[in-house]
Amino acid sequence: MEIGLTHYLIVAAILFTTGVAGIIINHKNIIVILMSVEIILLAVNINMVAFSVYLGDLTGQVFSLLILTVAAAEAAIGLAILVAYFRNRGSIDVDDINTMKG
Amino acid sequence: MSLSFQFAHSLPEIIIALGALFLLMLGAFGAGKRDWIITELAIMILGIALMSMFYPVDGKALVWNGAFVDDAFARFMKMLALGGALVSLVLSREFMAREEIDFFEFPVLILLATLGMSMLISANGLIALYVGLELMSLALYVIAAFHRDNLRASEAGLKYFALGALSSGMLLYGSSLIYGFTGTVSFPELAVALRETPSLGTIFGLVFILAGLAFKMSMVPFHMWTPDVYEGAPTPVTAFFASAAKMAAVAITVRIVITAFPGIKPQWQQIVMFISILSMIVGALGALWQTNIKRLMAYSSIGHMGFAMVGLAAGSENGVAGVLIYLAIYLVMTLGTFAAILSMRVGNHYVENIGDLAGLSRNNGLMAFTVAMMMFSLSGIPPLAGFFAKYYVFAAAINAGLYWLAVIGMLASTIAAFYYLRVIKIVYFDPPARPFERAAIEVRGVMTICLIIVVIFGAIANPLVEAAGAAARSLVWY
Repeated sequence: MEIGLTHYLIVAAILFTTGVAGIIINHKNIIVILMSVEIILLAVNINMVAFSVYLGDLTGQVFSLLILTVAAAEAAIGLAILVAYFRNRGSIDVDDINTMKG
Repeated sequence: MSLSFQFAHSLPEIIIALGALFLLMLGAFGAGKRDWIITELAIMILGIALMSMFYPVDGKALVWNGAFVDDAFARFMKMLALGGALVSLVLSREFMAREEIDFFEFPVLILLATLGMSMLISANGLIALYVGLELMSLALYVIAAFHRDNLRASEAGLKYFALGALSSGMLLYGSSLIYGFTGTVSFPELAVALRETPSLGTIFGLVFILAGLAFKMSMVPFHMWTPDVYEGAPTPVTAFFASAAKMAAVAITVRIVITAFPGIKPQWQQIVMFISILSMIVGALGALWQTNIKRLMAYSSIGHMGFAMVGLAAGSENGVAGVLIYLAIYLVMTLGTFAAILSMRVGNHYVENIGDLAGLSRNNGLMAFTVAMMMFSLSGIPPLAGFFAKYYVFAAAINAGLYWLAVIGMLASTIAAFYYLRVIKIVYFDPPARPFERAAIEVRGVMTICLIIVVIFGAIANPLVEAAGAAARSLVWY
């Protein structure tokens, strides 16, 4: 079987859906949300590189390098906020994020 | 294209970027952790960047390899965003000092977020859009949680981060689909590539991109973070979110659909109408029973973004001009309201319940009058500024034949009038609560200036309407 563009796109779509589902239906732990965000960004990177190779155009690969860089910054900031939150709340359960409602 | 030409067209960005780096060094190697003059310097830098926009450069230019566009639309929106950032910083001085969170990082982060907004407004391709958006969002995540010893603030930061990261993921996924199915990331080239019948992949990409941007504009169905973040974040940060951040998000939405997707107008028009109607309705109903004034302002801002998008749904030059006028007026109303909220201090404590405003008219006549005028204006009662804002967007919608959209908008604004009027009733007719302390001079100044603009707007509307018209033309006639 020849591995073509469609296969890459399907893998990326599955990863993207997994990531979104991980954020939306996760009731356990905030770390899982951070991991889901990374999965989403990696799905996008697969898309970008696959399209880039398919189109014979470098823009997609440049874009994916920028995404990698920003994803690192995003993860660092997410963890920093998570630590600040843990110090105040003493828990990182998703179900405990409920000080404000309405 | 000479380097000086490129610099001349991106002068505000360069000033803000260098200023932010300089202030960071000054704060890190200066005396102590507290912010001594950093806020004042940051206000000056924003002021200089604002003035640099009057530097005479010819109409429209594509610089930095076509990634960055400088036109009348970008200048108009940058003035709003920078103005909002500047006033939020002015308002923050007293609050941050009293809450003992006046660290030097705050003005630096505001400058970096403003730089991101400015680059976002001028973005002319998907890569520039993404980088600008992230520069803005990453700084905003941190300042939402800036009061780091406060549970509500850190929870607000965490919620904003989780949902914001999800939204940039969706935006990126959309960008990758658009890139894959058209082979380009630059807006003008996209417009050319999308002239023929669009493929399914492009439509998917469009939906994902608009969903990601709707998150940043806090429009329904992606608005869940707004009330919590507005309530939890320190009040000056909320003012910054409601003013400058909104301006940038709406500006890039308008730019991308008008300049990159004119070929698939029927498709994006449906999406914009859908989120606009839902936002107006949720904004009107959600705020009805709120007791916290910052939460009330959050629902109010959701509703107002819905009204602004009515103009974009029209998709015409008048519609875009209407959006710009709406944003300018909304900026003034929001900043005026937040100046009033920042004056709500009992003893050494800032309060934020609507009940704390009870009987304000007997304790502080000017502030009561300001609150009343802002609320009348937000609900769109003539002859105040808010009425003109709604008039221009609804007129554009009716000209485009979207009668029922205008009708739903007017119904929603009638429902919303209920909670604005409730605040006025509490201020004027309820038995007085404890009087507020006298606010700092700059807070009262901002309040008075916003009050004057809102009241006499009808008489001074012409220059703004003309500028908005010119800005819209620079965008539509690409």
